[in-house]
Amino acid sequence: MTGFADILIGLSLLIGALFTFVGSFGLLKLDMPMKRLHGPTKAGTLGIGALLMAAMIDSFLSGHGTIQHILIMAFLFVTAPISALFIAKVHIHTGTCQKPPQPSEDSQWATKAVVDTQET
Amino acid sequence: MARSVLRRLLPHPALTLILILVWAILNSSLSLGTIVFGAILGILIPQATVAYWPDVPRGIRFGKLVSYTLLVVWDILVANVQVAWIVMTKPNAKMKSTWVNVPLDIKTPEAITMLAGTITLTPGTVSADLSDEGHCLLVHALDAEDADAVRDDIKQRYEARLKEIFE
Repeated sequence: MTGFADILIGLSLLIGALFTFVGSFGLLKLDMPMKRLHGPTKAGTLGIGALLMAAMIDSFLSGHGTIQHILIMAFLFVTAPISALFIAKVHIHTGTCQKPPQPSEDSQWATKAVVDTQET
Repeated sequence: MARSVLRRLLPHPALTLILILVWAILNSSLSLGTIVFGAILGILIPQATVAYWPDVPRGIRFGKLVSYTLLVVWDILVANVQVAWIVMTKPNAKMKSTWVNVPLDIKTPEAITMLAGTITLTPGTVSADLSDEGHCLLVHALDAEDADAVRDDIKQRYEARLKEIFE
């Protein structure tokens, strides 16, 4: 029984390591700022998720099991999109990316609207 | 009268429950002391933050929220593999990254926040901005042949379900 759980832990660690590697590799390899933002979102979801899964199985095996790892996951899922949004907004604000198309319904994107009022 | 007192004491009942649950998990115990202190936090924190979150979301269908969460987790797994393959094998010049303009049918801030978060968490798309009056979402796609297909996918797969959950 322990053997099976050990294999499961090893597998989770490998998957986690693989996707965190792909995430950081993407950050290096991709060429445009907005594209590079896609790299870390992978590391932040499946990479960390699999690593935490390994830690959780191990904590249950060693006798004092907790589900605190699920909390780490939940907080990460709630906060990661916020920082990604901020970085994207900075790129739009400073113009270090392709110009986004006009929104189809309202007058302007929120970040651009701030720039417009500052200029006038 | 009693209702308005209760509403002032517990402006976000669901948030109170979540805070008690989080406190219990953080302490890994279900003893009375933990629950009581969790309840104190669960009463104080929503009162301190109610000024920044004045409208209480009502009529959330929790059953559908659970199935939506499972769907998103599954999509994260699938999209992770797809995007990892694109990142590792496709040369930069061949990637067609585009902006996608998603007009929104959902109106409540909580639903729009959930949609933007879902889009960012599923690899391959990042939500970048909201239009100034909140009717459009700007999404950046890493590698998309057709921006309209990405838009329709987001609208059908996530937005329609969120509309059922929140509105």
